[in-house]
Amino acid sequence: MQPETDIDASLEITVLVSVGRHPITGRARRADQDARAVELARGVSGAEVRLLHAGGQAAESEAALRDYLGMGFDALTLVEQPEGADVLGALAEAFDASPAQLVIGGERAEQGEGSGLLPYLLAERLGWPVVSGLAAVEGVEDGVATLLQALPRGQRRRLRVRLPAIVTVDGAAPAPRQSAYGPARRGHLNAVVGSVTRDEEWVSWATQPARKRPKRLKVVKAASARDRFKAAAAKAEGGGGQVLTEVSAEEGAEAILALLKAEGVLR
Amino acid sequence: MSETRRRDPRKEWIARNRLHPRHLEALTELGRRAGQGAVSAWLGPHGLMRKNPRAVGFMGPNGVKRIDRSGVQQGAGGGGATKSIAQSKPLVEIASPAFLVAVVPDMPGGRLSQHDRDLLGLARRLADAAPDARGAVLAVVFGGYARQGEGELKEHGFGEAGVDRLLTLDDTRYDGVAPEARRGALLAVDDAWAPRHWLLPDSKLGGADLGRRLAVRLGERPATGVWQVMAAPDAPLGWQCTARGAAATLDIQRPLPRITLALEECAEPADDERHAAQALSLPQALPSPISRIEDLGQVAVDPAGVALAEAEFILSAGNGVTDWEGFHVAAETLGATEGASRVAVDDGFMSRDRQVGATGTWVTARVYVAVGISGAIQHLQGIQSCDKVVAINMDPGCDMIKRADLAVIGDSAEVLGALMARVKQQREEKRDAA
Ligand SMILES: Cc1cc2nc3c(=O)[nH]c(=O)nc-3n(C[C@H](O)[C@H](O)[C@H](O)COP(=O)(O)OP(=O)(O)OC[C@H]3O[C@@H](n4cnc5c(N)ncnc54)[C@H](O)[C@@H]3O)c2cc1C
Repeated sequence: MQPETDIDASLEITVLVSVGRHPITGRARRADQDARAVELARGVSGAEVRLLHAGGQAAESEAALRDYLGMGFDALTLVEQPEGADVLGALAEAFDASPAQLVIGGERAEQGEGSGLLPYLLAERLGWPVVSGLAAVEGVEDGVATLLQALPRGQRRRLRVRLPAIVTVDGAAPAPRQSAYGPARRGHLNAVVGSVTRDEEWVSWATQPARKRPKRLKVVKAASARDRFKAAAAKAEGGGGQVLTEVSAEEGAEAILALLKAEGVLR
Repeated sequence: MSETRRRDPRKEWIARNRLHPRHLEALTELGRRAGQGAVSAWLGPHGLMRKNPRAVGFMGPNGVKRIDRSGVQQGAGGGGATKSIAQSKPLVEIASPAFLVAVVPDMPGGRLSQHDRDLLGLARRLADAAPDARGAVLAVVFGGYARQGEGELKEHGFGEAGVDRLLTLDDTRYDGVAPEARRGALLAVDDAWAPRHWLLPDSKLGGADLGRRLAVRLGERPATGVWQVMAAPDAPLGWQCTARGAAATLDIQRPLPRITLALEECAEPADDERHAAQALSLPQALPSPISRIEDLGQVAVDPAGVALAEAEFILSAGNGVTDWEGFHVAAETLGATEGASRVAVDDGFMSRDRQVGATGTWVTARVYVAVGISGAIQHLQGIQSCDKVVAINMDPGCDMIKRADLAVIGDSAEVLGALMARVKQQREEKRDAA
């Protein structure tokens, strides 16, 4: 946090950042979604952005955290936690200590359980609303944020939520900027101690590198040879569709319109 | 039919004699008396079954005799009257279930998706594990959008997908993005029936979000990204699951918790029984929650910017399109993504990245409108997973018509023109009303 910008900054945004893992090399890196979250926060005008990480300070994760600093930050708050700890309590304490109005995070972590539950747990703990899968923050006015949520199939939906709130970003959010080496070296990791809760359940579970999932076979459950043959040789046929012959173009158009409406694709 | 079987030796003789003028008549009569619709087999004079192989089968559509040995059709019937497969499945009713398995399907477009069916298959596995204490599968379905014009549900296949109890919650407060209202309803379900398992799809369509909200409020630690469930007698709920973690690079083995968010293909969809899908309603009305998230509605996106493979609504052009200007206008007015057949692309009317089919893009649209496309197999392959296909074509005999759910026979330019006129007229009416 920089005290001198506190005066004119009206909105405080905290971005939750984590240490990611490169999908191929397995090296620690800035997590893709978290980097998008940082980029999203940078795009909100008149906001003061703070980075928060809860975790260890090993050499490898430090390099990854510095990648976030290289996106144009002087400092990152690091709540120190041992390996395998449940960071929820520590994060909630950090927010009690220095409140934020908008908290942005990725949807799922790239390491550990990666269940994507943390934003929801934190929201429940703080009593804030949570919105998932954002593509953009369109604006913040009078403590109300207008958000653009990414839906499947490239669709978007506009939502309004009263702050304070927690939001997560989708892969459709703007791509993160490159991390600049100089600022990344110069920035500070401000370590603070947080309370530690051990995640006992996680320790008791067995984990292994993901196995390839078996491909589903097309099993034809048929009572007779004829059905099996038909299933194997059949052409794709809708079967029993409605055919309008000798109708005027208007009647045909009417029928098509009715179907498009019933399916809800026409707006 | 009387109890005592009377034989008519003369009739039997006629029936054996193919050259007798009343041969067929006798055959029919004998067959009827034997209680079958078939005349191809009857009890002979010495108590032996006699068969007439020539009376077997029926005339196929091309005038060729066809024999159906599946047991569905018998004898010289005219064919056709086959019992629908759905009805031939045994109906299972679970009157007093030992426990409930609650499933909240996504229902994109008001129908069960493949993911939903897999999830219901998993629910059936959990429910049917102990044959003497079967559980019931409860499906909780949201939204008025799941209904058609007269309020009938769009989806008819709940019973076949394995649903015993069906709770439909349609209130405008659940429409659009209303995770808090939906969670409120699920909490009420939990209060009312206390299901042993909650299953939700771990999907972007809403299940992932809703499931996490529910779990957090119920204070359970859900299993997310579950793709495999195995019986484990020493686990608290009797099941063990494998879940994907760490951005799908880790497999986590853990006991199955009460709330499960499962991936696609987590189980085989249930399909050998028909369940009752008996309608339920909540014992008390829900208090209307104060929603802190306000939905301002869907934003119009540029349909041309949506990738063809994931577009929801495609208007596709083939060789039968004559008015290209009109086609592009139609796609824009309807808000549809443009697609094309190979001929339209080869002729230079559309760009190569718009081609649908075996050598183009395999599309997954919910609604696919094929304008002047004949339906060559290479094209039909590309639209296999489309839900509703509409065809506009001049030729009533072409393959696209056979595939289509709605086909309009007519000139493409005229039909599209009329469609545009209707859409514009309706939009103006709406604007005037507003
Ligand atoms: C190896 C291989 C790969 C291929 N891959 C693909 C592929 O990926 N995708 C693909 O699409 N094709 C593919 N094809 C080509 C495919 O076989 C067909 O040739 C092509 O799909 C036909 O396109 P069409 O239906 O637009 O044209 P046509 O077959 O010419 O059909 C035109 C249709 O329009 C109708 N019509 C004509 N005038 C009008 C009018 N005024 N109003 C309304 N209707 C009218 C006609 O009745 C006819 O049904 C492939 C072929 C090969 C050999």
